[in-house]
Amino acid sequence: MDSIDRRGFLECMAWAGTGLLWAASGGVLSSRIVSPAAAAETKAESFRFAQISDTHIGFKGQANGDPTATLQQVVERINALQPAPAFVLHTGDQTHGQKAGAFDTVAEILKGLKTERVFYLPGEHDVFLDGGKEYLERYGKGTVGGRGWQSFDYKGTHFVGLVNVLKYKGEGVGALGEDQIEWLGKDLASLSSSTPVVVFAHVPLWAVYPQWGWTTEDAARGLEHLKRFGSVTVLNGHIHQVMQKVEGTVAFHTAMSTAFPQPAPGSAPAPGPMKIPEAEARRMIGSTDVTYVPGQHPLAIVDTRLG
Amino acid sequence: MKSYVWSVVIALGIVLAGLTAGHAAERSSAAISVQQFKFAPSVLTVRVGTTVTWTNHDEETHTVTSATGAFASAGLGHEEGFSETFTSPGRYEYFCALHPHMKATVIVR
Repeated sequence: MDSIDRRGFLECMAWAGTGLLWAASGGVLSSRIVSPAAAAETKAESFRFAQISDTHIGFKGQANGDPTATLQQVVERINALQPAPAFVLHTGDQTHGQKAGAFDTVAEILKGLKTERVFYLPGEHDVFLDGGKEYLERYGKGTVGGRGWQSFDYKGTHFVGLVNVLKYKGEGVGALGEDQIEWLGKDLASLSSSTPVVVFAHVPLWAVYPQWGWTTEDAARGLEHLKRFGSVTVLNGHIHQVMQKVEGTVAFHTAMSTAFPQPAPGSAPAPGPMKIPEAEARRMIGSTDVTYVPGQHPLAIVDTRLG
Repeated sequence: MKSYVWSVVIALGIVLAGLTAGHAAERSSAAISVQQFKFAPSVLTVRVGTTVTWTNHDEETHTVTSATGAFASAGLGHEEGFSETFTSPGRYEYFCALHPHMKATVIVR
């Protein structure tokens, strides 16, 4: 979304009544909670959930000497949210290169989340060494064929978690694969077009920057199944920075990492952890908090920075 | 005087032997740097028996993974390395399993 027109602005202002205030910043909409009291007025059917991504436990570099500490801070921030998020989505790269013990560390820290449940998806860092064996042993239970894909309904909203890092070969882009795309079609088939749908996956399902592998090669075929829905929100990680795009009724959003930022597309010779002082990096890491209010489109997405 | 000349000749001989040995050792090992999401050199030609060592200078983790499964490193952290000795001639294409757009080749003759 490059600019905000009057109609768009009015739509956004509607959120003020439900405790959220939209603001246009750098051409991208962002929002914040006006006051905890206003937030408490949200209707019974409305709910909120949080997204954390790219925790990269095991990483040590200039931008962050201790990603366990920053993840712990993010957990505390999420626990302070009122009302509490119904659940939390972890959109992958729990570990940094499957470092020994990293999965255990993440599980231990996330036990501290005051929420009903945490849903997981793998990032390429979680599966590249063993083709997903360890990840699926831990988190494959209850997913489609034990392959990590999943869907669930929460208060009338349909959530779909997709895996796009297990065919992470060739040209360096994510891929869903035939089986998963076919399953997605079947999974959505019985839903009415007015059902709000939230799709989450690690690598962006839109071409953020293919030169750095920041795209999913067969995402368009998967998204074909979502075209008929009135409200689709796609939540991704992988690129360690907030980027938003709206295409028809589909709102794409990428989350910050809880560990370290990556450069804006094309702004550096290569992707990867930015070599900046920790204090500066704190302003570029954090988490995402999403609120759904019935009758309101799209979902309100709030990114909270650590520093 | 005579013994002085001999000792110079012997010393020279030792130095020359040392240089030759050093040269031979140089030919049987080679280095590839992994930096800014690139393998450098991207094409390396070596003789059979050469041990190639990759060193990752990026803060991001990379791997050295053969396209055919001939060899594969674990995730290499900052300044970590991986070595492979090439015992048969051929063209060995490899990539980084975390960033598969990083591709390079070792040619063994």
